[in-house]
Amino acid sequence: MAKSTAAEADRAAAEPGTLVFVCLLAWAIPGAAHLWLGRRQKGIVFRVALSAMFAIGLLLHGRIFAFDLSEPLVALAAVADIGLGVPWMLARMMGAGAGIVTEATFEYGNSFLIVAGLLNCLVIFDAFDIAMGRK
Amino acid sequence: MTSHFFLLTVFAFLVSVVFAALLREDVRSQVRTAGWMFASFLATAIVLGWLMYPLPL
Repeated sequence: MAKSTAAEADRAAAEPGTLVFVCLLAWAIPGAAHLWLGRRQKGIVFRVALSAMFAIGLLLHGRIFAFDLSEPLVALAAVADIGLGVPWMLARMMGAGAGIVTEATFEYGNSFLIVAGLLNCLVIFDAFDIAMGRK
Repeated sequence: MTSHFFLLTVFAFLVSVVFAALLREDVRSQVRTAGWMFASFLATAIVLGWLMYPLPL
């Protein structure tokens, strides 16, 4: 009985609508999808670590890059920044992340922001795998 | 906040923790993986730093 219940739960989790929801949740709020899927410890780690990286990146005067297709590296950095979802949106709306090029920590800040976004992309894949029942 | 080594250490710590949580399922192996990764980040940075030391800037 317990076996069939677990199988039904896996099937329910692997439905396309649920998978899309999980991926969007993982993108929007780092760690939230893992918390929703019952992976509390992982969810808290992602929530704290990725938010900290984003905040440190902003504190170090890093820039949240805007799309500029004339400069391919800037466009790639912008794609990486978007990986962080709601924090990225809030920072853009609040005018944070303008970046101060003359600051000694400018490039460090960029590294923190870009890597936080890219790591959250890996977190999205992990949440997808969990929802598919692969993990 | 402008010490390169301090920022490198914070960066290495956070990235190691996230990668360990992604790669391992149980807490014990997560801690071990994060520790190894963090130590490797620092060791690599120090070794590369010394290798680049003689280079003119």
